[in-house]
Amino acid sequence: MPTAVRILDDGAWISVDDERVVSVSELWCIADHDICRCETADFLIEGFVEVDATDRTILARSAGQCVTCGESAVSGWLPVGRLVDPDRRFASIATGDVRTPRS
Amino acid sequence: MPTDVERWKDEVYGNEIREHLMEFAEEGWDSIPEDEHDAWFERFKWWGLYHQRSGQESYFMMRIGTPNGVIEPGQLRVIGEVAKEYATGPAENPEFGEAYCDWTTRQSIQLHWIKLEDIPEIFEKLESVGLTTQQACGDSWRNIVGCPVAGKDKHELIDAWPIARDLHDTFKGNEDHVNLPRKWKVSVTGCTEGCGQGDINDLALEPARKEIDGETVTGFNVRVGGGLSRKEPRLARDIDVFVQPENADAVSGGLSALFREYGDRENRYNARIKFLVDEWGVEKIRSTLQEEFVDFELHTAGEDLREEYTYNTGTQDGHNDHVGVHEQVDGNYYVGLNVLVGRMGAEDTLELADLAEEYGSGEVRLTQRQNIIVTDVPEENLDALLDEPLLEDYSPDPSPFMRGSIACTGTEFCSLSIVETKNRQVRYARWLKENVDLPEDHEEFHIHLSGCTASCAQPQIADVSLRGMKTRKDGDPVEAFDVGLGGGLGEDPRFADWIAMRVPADEVPGAIANLIETFEDRRSDGETFREFVEARDEDELAELLEPEETDYEDPYMHNTKKTWYPYAEEDSMDASPAPTDGQGESLPADD
Repeated sequence: MPTAVRILDDGAWISVDDERVVSVSELWCIADHDICRCETADFLIEGFVEVDATDRTILARSAGQCVTCGESAVSGWLPVGRLVDPDRRFASIATGDVRTPRS
Repeated sequence: MPTDVERWKDEVYGNEIREHLMEFAEEGWDSIPEDEHDAWFERFKWWGLYHQRSGQESYFMMRIGTPNGVIEPGQLRVIGEVAKEYATGPAENPEFGEAYCDWTTRQSIQLHWIKLEDIPEIFEKLESVGLTTQQACGDSWRNIVGCPVAGKDKHELIDAWPIARDLHDTFKGNEDHVNLPRKWKVSVTGCTEGCGQGDINDLALEPARKEIDGETVTGFNVRVGGGLSRKEPRLARDIDVFVQPENADAVSGGLSALFREYGDRENRYNARIKFLVDEWGVEKIRSTLQEEFVDFELHTAGEDLREEYTYNTGTQDGHNDHVGVHEQVDGNYYVGLNVLVGRMGAEDTLELADLAEEYGSGEVRLTQRQNIIVTDVPEENLDALLDEPLLEDYSPDPSPFMRGSIACTGTEFCSLSIVETKNRQVRYARWLKENVDLPEDHEEFHIHLSGCTASCAQPQIADVSLRGMKTRKDGDPVEAFDVGLGGGLGEDPRFADWIAMRVPADEVPGAIANLIETFEDRRSDGETFREFVEARDEDELAELLEPEETDYEDPYMHNTKKTWYPYAEEDSMDASPAPTDGQGESLPADD
């Protein structure tokens, strides 16, 4: 059965197979990005905009702000977590891990 | 492509949700199929039930819509009893205890920690006195707001309460209007002070006069497309329509139908009618309404009363809120009580129900500033009511900082919020009361604290606007606020300018104190705070707003969203008792 991924409650959180997995208000470290001029953006997730699943990776675009420089932007497609065997259960990326947008 | 939400709504929505809700309640939390959670929780909103945030699974926020904030005799007691019996969660709030009611900025009531299994009993109790949760959330007509003392106020052109009531009765459960692209917020007001806050609603009926067939008639001018959410605030726009009271249903329903047919169902972020007004312009909205949705000739706008508005204008004249003792048009009085951040304990609510019956008619009314009004108090009962001990906590004559505080739900329960809100604003207000003096001619000063950009606390229309943020302090992530200044309503409404960004939460009281001190020093004679802000550019204001640590202590600097409940002794997600069964006992995990 395909994995159901969606954004709910005005972009407040991402649901994977009807389970809330990631919520707004986290700070994500983002490298190799076009959000701002900071080498690594310290990006506050204010609202999820789009979500998608590619093979085993859940990706999302998010509205937010780099709290270092104040630049607001909608991010590129950032990894949120992976579907892990044996039962393709969602495992989130640790908040402090550096993420890189996927093209 | 339609969204998942639209697909779920096509399958089951509106009144029919209730039948399913009752079946789930009967069979218990586990009976909701796991792969249908998202769909059902979205649908339950239509019946006023919002699944609480992560860590609080199986618990719901329940919203009761009270049109125009009117709580009729007998209803407040039932609300208090329901709160006391059913709104007790697995942990206490250190400021408010274990059961409480929230009076909201849309004159509604919110209860928390409601268990699915209790919903049938709660509905029965509420409906026994004419209360309902129907359409309190979801994509339809929300609770209708207006001047909370409609029909009793000495300052009104027209009593709008019968019209608000009629709109409520007409459009609640109305199959033609139950499934709109998004929420539909309506304000109807007939008072001359602007208490309806029509400018920030999807649809606003505001008092006006119009000469028709040689006679001056009273009615409403119509504005459309206001709202504050998502960093896209809009003031409702004048569509050049005057409506007489007998046609309020037809025009309001026509606009709701226009939104139903032309609103964006493919992108929920673009779905509110404010964006359709942006795209079409007011002329097209008006002509489409005329051609497709009403069957009589619309009148052009009448003469409005906006230049008389005082409410939330910062002028310090007339009504800026409804706190205090005021004479009604019938010679009785209403007594507006300050409820700090809109939260009242269940026991206090029951006591207030007693007082309203003893000294007034039993009716109370909710305001858009999260306060409560005891109406219909005969003059001879005033002194005794004012001497009641309960009014020491809910004062009719509070400090400006208590009186002016509004806060949304925040990370205590809300999925969207970035920061803790209500308990923090309580602490801010207490600290400001103890440490800061406003100029003597300023009895009112509005601080609105919203946990995120959804703007449920209406931050953009306050003297000081606080919007939840994060920043780093000494390298650690902490809760913070963007700070805006100078917003308000009136003849020329104005959204706050955002002056200082990402101020750590523990430095906000110091920033406000410094700002007010500078205001007092530098203001010209009689200059109000709002005028002071308007007269300065953002750079100058930024210099006046100096965040600093003080002896104010903030216990919520950590990431409160990462807790299952920010005030629990063991607050980690792993310590959450949720989900629970109907008795509040933890259910076993799936694996």
